[in-house]
Amino acid sequence: MSKTLNLVLHIWRQKNRDSRGGFVRYEISDVSEHSSFLEMLDQLNEQLIARGEEPVAFDHDCREGICGACGMVINGEPHGPQKLTTTCQLHMRKFKSGDELYLEPFRAQAFPVIRDLIVDRAPLDRIVQAGGFIGARTGSAPDANSILVPKENADRAMDAAACIGCGACVAACPNASAMLFTAAKAGHLNLLPQGQPERTARVLNMVSQMDSEGFGHCTNHFECMEACPKGIDVDFIAKLNRDYLRANVESREVNSSDNSAG
Amino acid sequence: MKKALSFLETTIGKKVVMALSGLVLFGFVIAHMLGNLQVLMGPEVFNAYAIGMHSLPAPIFWGGRAVILIAFVLHVTMALQLVTRTAAARPVPYTKKKNERTTYAALTMKMSGLTLLFFVLYHLAHFTFPGVAMGAYEHLGYTQVYSNFVNGFSIPWVTALYVAAMISLGFHLYHGSFSLFQTLGLVHPKRNHIIKGAAQIVALTVTTGNIILPLSVTFGLVS
Ligand code: HEM
Ligand code: SF4
Ligand code: FES
Repeated sequence: MSKTLNLVLHIWRQKNRDSRGGFVRYEISDVSEHSSFLEMLDQLNEQLIARGEEPVAFDHDCREGICGACGMVINGEPHGPQKLTTTCQLHMRKFKSGDELYLEPFRAQAFPVIRDLIVDRAPLDRIVQAGGFIGARTGSAPDANSILVPKENADRAMDAAACIGCGACVAACPNASAMLFTAAKAGHLNLLPQGQPERTARVLNMVSQMDSEGFGHCTNHFECMEACPKGIDVDFIAKLNRDYLRANVESREVNSSDNSAG
Repeated sequence: MKKALSFLETTIGKKVVMALSGLVLFGFVIAHMLGNLQVLMGPEVFNAYAIGMHSLPAPIFWGGRAVILIAFVLHVTMALQLVTRTAAARPVPYTKKKNERTTYAALTMKMSGLTLLFFVLYHLAHFTFPGVAMGAYEHLGYTQVYSNFVNGFSIPWVTALYVAAMISLGFHLYHGSFSLFQTLGLVHPKRNHIIKGAAQIVALTVTTGNIILPLSVTFGLVS
């Protein structure tokens, strides 16, 4: 038989954006060590519903670490104690029976709490809408090698493209900065030939949007990189800084407020 | 679609100005330290150095001072703008928050910066502006800079204040010296350990060099 855990949970409960939240203490027993963190919360919610209480609201979708929907701060760590792992892929065997866990939402001015552990991460979508795409219709997949991509660029673009937009970088940053996310999204396209025509406008517009959303500035603590479940490297932030400088030099060639190429 | 923010309206733009002005101030701090270490070579050398500085052609002397002043003003202005902006970025603090990578120096840049701001004002009043010499000693003008130096640092609390300020400078530069390369995008994963090592050795050297100065009077190396 597999081991089970008994836990004490302090969970942030907040009715809506405007209400004040606070921690509520729950005890849960007989949690299988094989269950995921979210399954443990499902188990808690079943008990809450049975008792006629409001279940704890938390975000999730794929539950396989690829969609970016889940995420909460577990004992001070966004996505919990396991490196390179989303909350949904975190398993209870990482914890010990008797552990006391504090579950908080990702905290940032730009991420208002919608309910309990769910925050509104629409600012990240708006950063992508500002330039994290290629404007031209590209049709179906091109023939292999018809557009040459240096191997190293292809690898780095893939590294950046691994970002699932979960927002853990913002949550981990002492300044609540969204630089790692923005750097990943801009860097991914700026490394590829298809991204070149809009490179300048992309960087100017995405950085503008990021700074209009009320995130803090980057002071190179590099906490984001520790929290990122996809291992996005802060080297992409240096690249964003570089690309932003270059975009300012080149901005005479583009109308920066127009980023639709086709 | 709304118009993109201008360079100086973005946090990256402001940080680039901070990094460049920080670099100018870093350069100044190194030159200043090397100049002042000549005090260990005796009154003739040190007084001659001061007189030599003041007899530089006016455009170089005042131009140099202007560059440092502008860098300082820009650095402090950008720091204040960024720090106030970011103070609003997380209105509800975490109950538990683990920091796994950042350093004490990085987390206290605001405090070490503010300490330096007050220190620089005090330092100018102490040695540069004749008449306001703070600390009860006789200020003799720049041609007698050696005596000013010895007089100034004969007062224990002045020495203590300088040492404390230089420790702040050490922390500020420990983080700032690498951070500025990241901000300017002048890093590369394969070279980062070298850049970081070199930057921090220079930061440590500047701090130690500057701490030796007031302590040289305390320990009678300079009298
Ligand atoms: C001797 C004078 C000073 C030197 C040599 C210096 C140097 C630097 C350097 C090299 C940086 C790094 C820039 C970057 O990260 O890109 C920096 C950052 C900073 N400095 Fe200074 N600085 C000085 C004085 C000040 C003063 C007087 C203040 C404040 C009133 C200040 C506040 C800051 C702040 C807030 C940062 C940003 C911290 C961060 O990014 O985490 N500095 N400084
Ligand atoms: S950079 Fe990492 S932590 Fe930030 S949103 Fe993307 S996947 Fe999440
Ligand atoms: S639910 Fe999709 S990444 Fe966790």
